[in-house]
Amino acid sequence: MTAWRGADLISIRDLGREEIEKVLDRAQTIRPDSSLLRGRVMASLFFEPSTRTQLSFATAMERLGGSVIGFSGVEGTSIQKGESLYDTIKMVERYADVIVIRHPLEGSARFAADVAQIPVINAGDGANQHPSQTLLDLFTIRRFCGRLDGLSIGMVGDLKYGRTVHSLATALTHFEGVKLRLISPPLLRMPPRILEEELRGKIEFEETEELELSDLDVVYMTRIQRERFPDVEEYERVKGAYILDLEACRQLKPEAIILHPLPRVGEIDPEVDRLPQAKYFEQAASGVPVRMALLSLILLG
Amino acid sequence: MEEKEELKVSKIAEGTVIDHIRAGRAPLVLKILGIEAGFPDSVIVAMNVRSTRYGKKDIVKVEGQFLDEEKINKIALISPQATINIIRSYKVVKKDQVELPKRLVGIVKCPNRNCITNSPEGVETIFHTEASAGGPRLRCHYCEESVELAEVELL
Ligand SMILES: [Zn+2]
Repeated sequence: MTAWRGADLISIRDLGREEIEKVLDRAQTIRPDSSLLRGRVMASLFFEPSTRTQLSFATAMERLGGSVIGFSGVEGTSIQKGESLYDTIKMVERYADVIVIRHPLEGSARFAADVAQIPVINAGDGANQHPSQTLLDLFTIRRFCGRLDGLSIGMVGDLKYGRTVHSLATALTHFEGVKLRLISPPLLRMPPRILEEELRGKIEFEETEELELSDLDVVYMTRIQRERFPDVEEYERVKGAYILDLEACRQLKPEAIILHPLPRVGEIDPEVDRLPQAKYFEQAASGVPVRMALLSLILLG
Repeated sequence: MEEKEELKVSKIAEGTVIDHIRAGRAPLVLKILGIEAGFPDSVIVAMNVRSTRYGKKDIVKVEGQFLDEEKINKIALISPQATINIIRSYKVVKKDQVELPKRLVGIVKCPNRNCITNSPEGVETIFHTEASAGGPRLRCHYCEESVELAEVELL
């Protein structure tokens, strides 16, 4: 991929440094402008609901003067009656200028993009990819740390199932001198296929069980979900070891930042919210400018 | 009689000899060629015979069959060192090393159960070959799952 205009955004693996920086630069300068995408239509096809992502895309489109059609959840739609994804895409592409799709099957967004004549943005295909989330993570890091090169970044918690950390780690391989510290219980280590195929030889990384945060520029927290554990006791024990509270935060450098894709389920003590390092709400808020940037780049270049 | 001599006896007039098949994989080659009970033409199968190059190998000779690209690609997947010899009037007229293509369409099953290619949508599988430290791998065009050649399940 070289130019954004008319391009699809399906996987973070398709993006190089240049494409990533183009989005971040645009997100930094873009402001609401009701004339920019006037008359353009975004089809928002959420085959499974995801309120946060859906609202963020819709808000981004509307702040640029465009309009939104679509659905969230398939209840009561023709899809529930057995309409194929292919047919849905072929119909919608005649009504819209860009498709945003979220679908429970992995590979569905790539399929939609292959089929559609208009650009497709992947807003999550099963456990596979959710590239706009990664772009907003990168945007937030660059905004507060001033750069992406040369950072020490800790990823904490569920590194096995958490696709946000897989994609973020993959994206960070494009930047110089980044060091990753992968902090997790043994059961939730980053999968060997990610370590070996995506990271080894491309980025410096270490794995540890210790919540050692003192030299990090970024602490990226993740949810540890109960259903990942064989029994409740093990879950409680592990979860307790990876909680960021005021005590744990005493290790942090003053200029470090704490991120979390939200919603949290107790990994970050609410008391931490008032620390200057807590940036997860700003992170969530940057979903809108990053998606405004994506829509404007894809529709206008 | 030498083993080599014995194999020489079993020559075919017109057809294909697939040589240097990875030892023990001749049955998979037969499956790819669609050779099963009731197959009408001559087929000669040798398994675990000595090979100067690889220690042991399998050989399959099929009378009257010339392989299309899809079958050759499938053989490349299960046995990357195999050679394909075209036989006319008992002579080898063409000898090719199989080659793993960059893109495999409708040949490999995706191991990811939640992949769109395993759904009722009926999407044909596409895999891309990728180089890696442990040899070539395949990556699903759709769900991005990667598979080692040794683990590949053919459709
Ligand atoms: Zn797949």
